[in-house]
Amino acid sequence: MPALVATGVACADAGDDRRYGLGHSAAPAHIAAQDIAIAPDGAELPPGKGDARTGAAIYAARCAACHGASGREGPDPVLVGGRGSLASAAPLQTIGSYWPYATTVYDYVHRAMPFTAPGSLTADEVYAVTAFLLHANGIIEVDTVLDRDTLPAIVMPNRDGFVPDPRPDLP
Amino acid sequence: MGSIDRRHFLRRAQHLVAGLAGGALGGTLPAAADTTLAQGAPASGYGARSRFETIKRWITPSRYPTATASWTPLAELEGVVTPSALHYERHHGGVPDIDPQAHRLLVHGRVARPLEFTIDDLRRFPLVQRLCFLECSGNGYREWTGPGGADVQQTHGLTSCSEWAGARLADVLAECGIEPDARWVLAEGADGAAMTRSIPLDKCLDDVILAYAQNGEALRPEQGYPLRLLVPGFEGSISVKWLRRLKLGTQAWRTREETSKYTDLLPDGSAREFSFVMEAKSVITRPSPGGAPLAPGFHEIRGLAWSGRGRVARVEVTTDGGQTWQEARLHGPVLPVCHTRFTLPWRWDGGATTIASRCHDETGYVQPTRAALRSVRGDHSFYHYNGIQYWQVDGDGRLRNA
Repeated sequence: MPALVATGVACADAGDDRRYGLGHSAAPAHIAAQDIAIAPDGAELPPGKGDARTGAAIYAARCAACHGASGREGPDPVLVGGRGSLASAAPLQTIGSYWPYATTVYDYVHRAMPFTAPGSLTADEVYAVTAFLLHANGIIEVDTVLDRDTLPAIVMPNRDGFVPDPRPDLP
Repeated sequence: MGSIDRRHFLRRAQHLVAGLAGGALGGTLPAAADTTLAQGAPASGYGARSRFETIKRWITPSRYPTATASWTPLAELEGVVTPSALHYERHHGGVPDIDPQAHRLLVHGRVARPLEFTIDDLRRFPLVQRLCFLECSGNGYREWTGPGGADVQQTHGLTSCSEWAGARLADVLAECGIEPDARWVLAEGADGAAMTRSIPLDKCLDDVILAYAQNGEALRPEQGYPLRLLVPGFEGSISVKWLRRLKLGTQAWRTREETSKYTDLLPDGSAREFSFVMEAKSVITRPSPGGAPLAPGFHEIRGLAWSGRGRVARVEVTTDGGQTWQEARLHGPVLPVCHTRFTLPWRWDGGATTIASRCHDETGYVQPTRAALRSVRGDHSFYHYNGIQYWQVDGDGRLRNA
């Protein structure tokens, strides 16, 4: 296991409070390769950029087969529309109507989509598809360029729509 | 009921079975097959069940067989341990094929020392083991608006119970040196969905297990081989399978699986997030729909009860549509956050009726009705259904979801 560096010796270091001395120092390259989760602050967003026009072509080629030509048709999760429907008799939970953070779109598309080839989109492509979906939902302009600075700044329509779990909610 | 009564009931039940098989109550049976006149099969390295046993998980039909669920056949199981091969599944990107020698757990973020662990490393930490149920928060999702699933496998089969063994997550995190401002832990799987959930650090330091064993042997691939989280009492998707990474942070990540999914939409358009605990629940597994029609006479009602908040305190059963409730017998040991088996002797008089069970847990919480749940959460909830399950017994002895 050449990639793992044994650190048993480090147990003797001052200030090292390890009880068992188990584990291996994580190589910075290993951390960088796996540190893909994008929190709302966007700190882990990679370099790159994309806009809705670029994203439209990528969406048509890689996403539309499952989510529909415009993101409204399905058959699989509807991604577009539903704004203002959540309190109605027929709520439609989409990225535009329900998702509280735009960073989640980038995170999920990057890690899990397209379904048949997860993780296959480049950072530029993920920014572009994210821009396409946010524009289709009326959240950003068609020429807005998304990157590591602009994406976390977007305030989603349902940002304040979530409440903490109050259960038990019945006696 | 005294033991004499119980024996009497048992005898009556045996007669009843004999009657069904032989055509008349108390009639004789055909002779049993004789398997003593030849050698049987030789010893085997890894056992398999009898060829006569065929129960299996029921798989939710989906266009995406790698992102669906399979449901435990609760009606046919006894005791509280679910055989590993029948433990429910919920996958988001299929079951990865992981060589344990090539697998790593990376712990990083708000820690003093980012570390990587092999499975062998984790096995060197002090052992923790416990019996614990796991329940998908979507268990019972069809029941919100009325009777949904055809049988108990389809209404309640997204709960299973195993003995889990592994390392205490608190020990492994301490080894990395937790920074004082850390509040949340992101868990990430090595599956095709790179499944991620945020977990409060306090819970991680309490009772979370880095599990590498289930029911005495290595995890099954579909249960997260070679390593999964086991987060007692919390909705199943938090117990991330094929665990490859833990990152400590100051805020929740708001992953897709804790915003778009696994949240509960309320009538006013707001939604609850981070509804972690699976509340007290129970169900009668026998008799239940899909079995042979009941004949009048003795039947032992059997079922399972559980609570994510601790031990089951009591289970009550009604055999008259909820007019009266009787105390069921709990078969111990009654363990916290564990399936608990209950039974109640019952003599069916052949008339149409409705049967159900109701769980009380040690916090005093009582399993609610569907109507009570909907009065608070409305008509558009999907997850976290724990309503009382009624089975209608028709005059012909058949049961159906009511």
